[in-house]
Amino acid sequence: MAIKTSSFRSKYRAATDFMVTGLAITATILVVVPLVAIFVYLLLKGASSLNLDFFLKNPVPEGESGGGMANAIVGSGVLLGIASLIGVPIGIGAGIYLAEFGRGTKLANAVRFTADTLNGVPSIVMGLAAYSLIVIPQQHFSALSGGVALGIMMIPTVARTTEEMLLMVPNMIREAALGLGLSNWRSVLSISVKTASPGIITGCMLAFARVAGETAPLIFTALGNAFWSVNPDREIEALPLQIWVYATGPYEDQHRLAWAGALVLIVLIVLAVSLVRYVTSRGVLKGAS
Amino acid sequence: MGVGIEVTNLNAWYGSNHTLQDINLKIPANHATALIGPSGCGKSTFVRCLNRMHETNPIARVTGTVRIGDMDIYNDAQPVEIRRRVGMVFQRPNPFPTMSIYDNVASGLKLNGYKNKRSLDEIVERSLKNSALWDEVKDDLRSKSGASLSGGQQQRLCIARALAVDPEVLLMDEPASALDPVSTSKIEDLIFQLKSQYTIVIVTHNMQQAARVAEETGFFLNGRMVEFASTHKIFTNPSDKRTEDYITGRFG
Amino acid sequence: MTRIRFQQSLDQLKENLLVMAGLAEQAIQRAIEAYRVRDLSICDLVSRSEVAINRLERDIDQEALDLLAMEQPMAIDLRFILSVIKINADLERVGDSAKSISERVRSMEQMPAVSELPVDIPRMATLSAEMVRKSLQSFIDADPELARTVLMMDDAVDTMNRAAYKTLTKLMEEQSHIAPQALNALMICRALERVADHATNIAEDVIFWIEGSDVRHHKSVMAQRQSAEATG
Repeated sequence: MAIKTSSFRSKYRAATDFMVTGLAITATILVVVPLVAIFVYLLLKGASSLNLDFFLKNPVPEGESGGGMANAIVGSGVLLGIASLIGVPIGIGAGIYLAEFGRGTKLANAVRFTADTLNGVPSIVMGLAAYSLIVIPQQHFSALSGGVALGIMMIPTVARTTEEMLLMVPNMIREAALGLGLSNWRSVLSISVKTASPGIITGCMLAFARVAGETAPLIFTALGNAFWSVNPDREIEALPLQIWVYATGPYEDQHRLAWAGALVLIVLIVLAVSLVRYVTSRGVLKGAS
Repeated sequence: MGVGIEVTNLNAWYGSNHTLQDINLKIPANHATALIGPSGCGKSTFVRCLNRMHETNPIARVTGTVRIGDMDIYNDAQPVEIRRRVGMVFQRPNPFPTMSIYDNVASGLKLNGYKNKRSLDEIVERSLKNSALWDEVKDDLRSKSGASLSGGQQQRLCIARALAVDPEVLLMDEPASALDPVSTSKIEDLIFQLKSQYTIVIVTHNMQQAARVAEETGFFLNGRMVEFASTHKIFTNPSDKRTEDYITGRFG
Repeated sequence: MTRIRFQQSLDQLKENLLVMAGLAEQAIQRAIEAYRVRDLSICDLVSRSEVAINRLERDIDQEALDLLAMEQPMAIDLRFILSVIKINADLERVGDSAKSISERVRSMEQMPAVSELPVDIPRMATLSAEMVRKSLQSFIDADPELARTVLMMDDAVDTMNRAAYKTLTKLMEEQSHIAPQALNALMICRALERVADHATNIAEDVIFWIEGSDVRHHKSVMAQRQSAEATG
């Protein structure tokens, strides 16, 4: 009697095990498949339109064929550069404050709440805010206003990730630093931040990847520019913006360029993130736990 | 050379918790002094009052005087200064994980702006020799990270790091409790050698260790110091019954 | 209270030592009785108990050694175990002295009887036995004051022994035909004096155990005075 029961139970357990493993694998596939599908689809649709001209030439007037998105690629670069200059320092600074200096204070709670709220603000509203604050007083559109909008969108992600990563630095490391007679800020910068830097950098990359594809904030700020321009004080073109304009336009040529642009956008983001990963991982010592 | 420590009427609070009550004692220079007592008796808090580390907790408060040498550490100096004269080694080894062995040892100096490369090399070598780790790591100083060593080696690395700053006092909070017996013996031998140059205060749960290593021992109970005498006396014929009950294992 | 097992082990060690003490005390009582009534069968009893005493000495030492190694005793526990080891050795010697006395009695029986020798062996015996009893009682009661009274009794026994030595050696010179008996008597006195010394040691060990003070090798007041007289 007892033998039979236990054999049934172990069979039941094995079956449950198999089922749950199956579910987990299915879930993984369901997540990966769309990503792969998108990428493959982009590849199919856009790769054919990729040529040297795409990367070197500016757009041609509507109706004509040929041309490229050189100015958009560079423009995105300028915008993301401005955004990073704003988002990364402020975000990391806020994160350091939240984790190291302001723990438990009312100000810290307020900052955290503000960051979370900011994160939830729709990107178009962000664009409108930059429009009112920068474009209207200046009375013209500019790359600067676009960069500012994107930069502010980066702040919450960078700040919260920095805070999380710093909180993960074991307290005994901090104590070791203080015990050596290092001042508080020195201990924070040289020890805590340095220890948490891989995670902090990941946070910056996440924020970067997110805003790299944002289109809505750029509509009323950077506006777009058919010609080559890297001047922060003037309108500037951006890849997502250009893709949107072409994709919603009537011309078949432009549609093809849009597909190519989307492919290039994703690839560039992946490349940028990988490059940063590679460069920073060279600095991490062998055998560190 | 080490200096003596004189504690007068030391009281400490964490918030409303009166953790240390009326502590008075004199710790002799160039001796190792052990502090024993059951969990929660205040010995770790006491030691952290000696280098003002307890202040890192915002609800901590202290009254009374602590003189290290001729310096009143609460009134004559800032915590950062004190901590350069009074080094600390913690219960769990805590080398900086992002730094090499060399950088770990040099961190107390480098991060304080010390730049002289040649003397840094000398100081690192001397500190590692003083903590009996030099022979084991001298070929991997810059290539291995501090965290890649074994537990016992990590602890000796932390000792070297503390020594590099050239303190006069070394505080050790249960330095060997996370280590195996062989590493523990090495640390104890080390303490014996270090005594000639530093004043050492060691908190320990292991009474045999206190007996092996320290000339004087203080017994803490419920925030008070019950008895402070030569280690020999404490372990063969203590004056206070509470001390005797603790060391014979009848309670605690 | 923690370490209950350890406390039980200590109690057990004390019990075993008291068994040993009982045997040793009984041996010395019997030896003295054998002298008093010249009964050889009692001498046999003493010789046989010697075996048990020696075995017990080994067992107690082993037990004490185990406790030292395994339990890391401190302070009063450490002093207690140390005292037990030393008292153990002293009790074994008391047993030896008892055997020695019973042997003297045996050899005296084989010699022609002699009218009373000018030594008060019974009184010495009573005193020595009393010292043993009191020192053991001080151990049982953990009473250092009682132990101190034993220390003071040692002087009396020493004096009696020295006097016996003087009179017996003089007797041996003057009446050489009874020299063997006198010599036996002298050796009995010496054995009794050694018993008193062992009792003193036991008392000193009890004081060390309870108070942690080492009171060994105290010079008797009389000895000091005597040596002063001799030189002065």
